[in-house]
Amino acid sequence: MWNWIQRFSSPKHFYSMSAPLINVFAISALLIGIYGLYLGLFVAPTDYQQGESYRIIFIHVPAAWMSLFIYMVMAISSGIGIIWQIRLADMVAAASAPIGASFAFLALVTGALWGKPMWGAYWVWDARLTSELILLFLYLGYMALQSAIDDQRSADKASGLLAIVGVVNIPIIHYSVEWWNTLHQGATVAKFDKPSMHIDMLIPLMLMALAFKLFYGALVLVRTRNEALYRDRNRRWVRELIEKL
Amino acid sequence: MLKAYYHLLLRDLRLALRNRHELANPLIFFVLVVTLFPLAVTPTPDVLQAMAPGVIWVSALLAVLLSLDRLFKQDYDDGSLDQLMLSPNPLMILVLAKVSAHWLLTGLPLVIIAPLLGLFMSLPTEAVSALIYSLLLGTPVLSLVGAIGVSLTVAVNRGGVLLSLIILPLYIPILIFGANAVDVASDGLPVTGQLLFLGAVLALALSLAPLATAVALRITASR
Amino acid sequence: MNWSEFFHMGGYAFFVWTSYALTLIVIVANIVAPIIQRKKVIARIKRAIKRENIETANAEKQ
Repeated sequence: MWNWIQRFSSPKHFYSMSAPLINVFAISALLIGIYGLYLGLFVAPTDYQQGESYRIIFIHVPAAWMSLFIYMVMAISSGIGIIWQIRLADMVAAASAPIGASFAFLALVTGALWGKPMWGAYWVWDARLTSELILLFLYLGYMALQSAIDDQRSADKASGLLAIVGVVNIPIIHYSVEWWNTLHQGATVAKFDKPSMHIDMLIPLMLMALAFKLFYGALVLVRTRNEALYRDRNRRWVRELIEKL
Repeated sequence: MLKAYYHLLLRDLRLALRNRHELANPLIFFVLVVTLFPLAVTPTPDVLQAMAPGVIWVSALLAVLLSLDRLFKQDYDDGSLDQLMLSPNPLMILVLAKVSAHWLLTGLPLVIIAPLLGLFMSLPTEAVSALIYSLLLGTPVLSLVGAIGVSLTVAVNRGGVLLSLIILPLYIPILIFGANAVDVASDGLPVTGQLLFLGAVLALALSLAPLATAVALRITASR
Repeated sequence: MNWSEFFHMGGYAFFVWTSYALTLIVIVANIVAPIIQRKKVIARIKRAIKRENIETANAEKQ
């Protein structure tokens, strides 16, 4: 069993196995994304409170979900990398960070663009937006630490530990920001109340979330392959591969 | 084990007391930053009182952040950190000793001088006691969590900005509840909830942060 | 529903379409960045191979 894991998780094996998967993920992300957008933009009814502006939800919410999901992936694979010394897990964590940061950024910007018509201001210190901003800072800290340490192995371990510390902190941060927000909530701030979402809105939202997840799958494979090539640049398998190109 | 804890604690305290002028620096910084706010905004007591909890807490945060460097830096430079890691005692306990020393040398003085700053910012008396309690519970967490950050960045050249980048987001819950305790107390309301939260976070940090710091130190030493 | 009405988005066109345009930009950047990264990594390894070949050739000459 252990040998099998070791062999399966070797960068060389991963590199040769992952190539066809990229296309599978990318194409299904594209198809599901187009269908989700079609349902979201053309089929879903107009919201009776927010009018058409709510259609930002189909990218804002999946982006926010993904930014949290990717941080979890980073923390879990960092943990695997630290505990079981599996290099591939470290590569996945390092490859995920820029993708997660870009989704966090997207969630923030689309949140601001949604906030302007809803709240009358691009930025209000809403609990969710504030948590998202802190999440972006956590990503940036991870990336800064990763790039500040020259030695690749200890860079992976150090930033991996930071990701784990961050993941322990995320619920505490989230809770305290929520609590802080209920205290300071001004009279003008209306929350996005979604007691029961219309099924025609929910389906495209779920489809978009799935498309984003598949897109991340394709991206993380491509980036992990790059990391594998770079980190194993002095090994035989990479040399043979490059000479064939 | 307990003996190792006390010996290391005493060693750190003794070393720090040898250069006393350096010891006062975070404290002076703390007072200085708080002094800037009446000058920058307004000396009106009402406005000051509204800002006071946040201003004092943010300044305390920054003062601790700036002092974190001395937690491991010197030991790393002169190699005694490697010696500590070779010792048969669990590294967690040694980390705890070093963090305790750091808190006694920076956190505690901040708590002691805080009433003076409350006076500067025209805080009412009941808020001053909330300020003391919240700092008493909050500053150890700042030292504990900061220790993780320093142990990750101690080997990085010019790691100062990097340290604040990775540590400040983790300080946010403490800032929120600490500042709010003072804020609520100046309205004459009970602050038990906030203090209980800070206590819970302290218990969590006390049990997990030394472990994470020990792992981080081993990672740093392995390069 | 006709197309101009669709693009108008009930008066929220700016917010909705800016959001979607930014999403497109982020997606494209996410696709392009790893491709450039890959090219750079491969070029770097190729250079290293060339350098090593020259070095071994020189060593054999001496």
